[in-house]
Amino acid sequence: MSYCHDPLNFKCQITNSYPHFHNLQELHHSASLATKVFIQRDYSDSTICKFQTKFPAELDSRIERSLFEETVKTLNCYYGEAEKIGGQSYLEGCLACATAYIIFLCMETRYEKILKKISMYIQEQNEKIYAPRGLLLTDPIERGMRVVSFANTWDVFLSVGTTLKELCTIYKL
Amino acid sequence: MDTPHTKKKKIKRKWQVFPGRNKFYCNGRIMIAKQTGVFYLTMVLILVTSGLFFAFDCPFLASNLTPAIPAIGGVLFVFVMGMLLRASFSDPGVLPRATPEEAADIERQIDATNGPSGPGYRPPPRTREVLINGQTVKLKYCFTCKIFRPPRASHCSLCDNCVERFDHHCPWVGNCVGRRNYRFFYLFILSLSFLTIFIFAFVITHVILSKSISVFLDGCTVLEVVVCFFSIWSIVGLSGFHTYLMSSNQTTNEDIKGSWSSKRGKGNYNPYSYGNFITNCCAALCGPLPPSLIDRRGFVQPDTPQPAAQTNGTGACPSNQVQSHMVRRPYSVLSQRE
Repeated sequence: MSYCHDPLNFKCQITNSYPHFHNLQELHHSASLATKVFIQRDYSDSTICKFQTKFPAELDSRIERSLFEETVKTLNCYYGEAEKIGGQSYLEGCLACATAYIIFLCMETRYEKILKKISMYIQEQNEKIYAPRGLLLTDPIERGMRVVSFANTWDVFLSVGTTLKELCTIYKL
Repeated sequence: MDTPHTKKKKIKRKWQVFPGRNKFYCNGRIMIAKQTGVFYLTMVLILVTSGLFFAFDCPFLASNLTPAIPAIGGVLFVFVMGMLLRASFSDPGVLPRATPEEAADIERQIDATNGPSGPGYRPPPRTREVLINGQTVKLKYCFTCKIFRPPRASHCSLCDNCVERFDHHCPWVGNCVGRRNYRFFYLFILSLSFLTIFIFAFVITHVILSKSISVFLDGCTVLEVVVCFFSIWSIVGLSGFHTYLMSSNQTTNEDIKGSWSSKRGKGNYNPYSYGNFITNCCAALCGPLPPSLIDRRGFVQPDTPQPAAQTNGTGACPSNQVQSHMVRRPYSVLSQRE
């Protein structure tokens, strides 16, 4: 994945190479229009947040099964840790109750801290593993914790690339 | 030709385009149900009764008995108000509606599951069954939100939202009671029970100990006694009921339907219970507080397709594929509506 400072540079030679995007954020925007694969929640362990590790057929040719499973298992671990009922959560709960929950105005809950770790992990996975394979992993929090979605970014590239190529031909660039 | 700075589009926050029937204040920080009349009544009753107590009974009690009485009363009052406002103004655990792509994906999966129709028993196409701790739980499809509801979630018809771990819609609190605000609701009714008993007890004490009471004080005292007397029966009863629900890890919704009642079958038990009432109570009160999933104060991305705002599915839906699904199956959607 290469990033160029001028994404809509009509003067650049567009042949079979894919157009450039500023950063992962622009990719996000365009990927919202692309086709998606959704990984649903696994409710077998009650209502705790856990996603199915079953490998979807649509990703068969795009990514190795082991990488996919590792990503989903790591996400499940993070969510399990966030929702774990134990000493630390009890302490946080009791302290919050004793202060009439005013303490949450000053400090982040453990859940929120882990969600930040998750979004950093997802960004890292996108940069290292998914973007080079033309996929984009969306943070489940953006989908109401219902699904983990994989967007196919190569469809977008093809359509944008074709349009730019046609424009170059029209304007004889 | 429009220049970039004259063509400035106003970016909206997500609460401004929220499809449910909620009201938002303070730029999305506060969310409450549409009908708030009874909530204001609750506030008035608590404020007036407590106000009268602090104004007319506390000076006598502080000087004749101990100043700890108004101090404890004050702490209780602040706690009650804090919990009430927290229960009323926070997100109960609303599930955001499905985006058009998600809705289309679910429709595809339902089509694939149904397959060619054949003889014999087949479960209704808009449910999914999951096995949770040995109990079979049916997940129902919500036609408004276009999602399969997670276990224990339910759609509130008053707020028009699916709420996680839906307990009930409380008009006194002016909001749904769900996963994210159950503990505030419970602490509110528990502390209100204590406050009501406290005020009632010390108003009676004041009447007994006082040698001469003016007519005006009589009126205030009568009002306090009447409000407290009727409140005690209802609120203490409700606290007791919710203590039972919490210790068995059930929601009001499940209790009313008798979902985990032994009357339904020999092997019927609550799969969500942790086994003992202490762990159930601790989990409900001191468990981790999940974040709000609706991101009310976030900005709407201009090119992101928004979920359907109307219950008949005619909301903003740019994808032709989803529209063709909706056009193709309007009869099945209407005929299977709950």
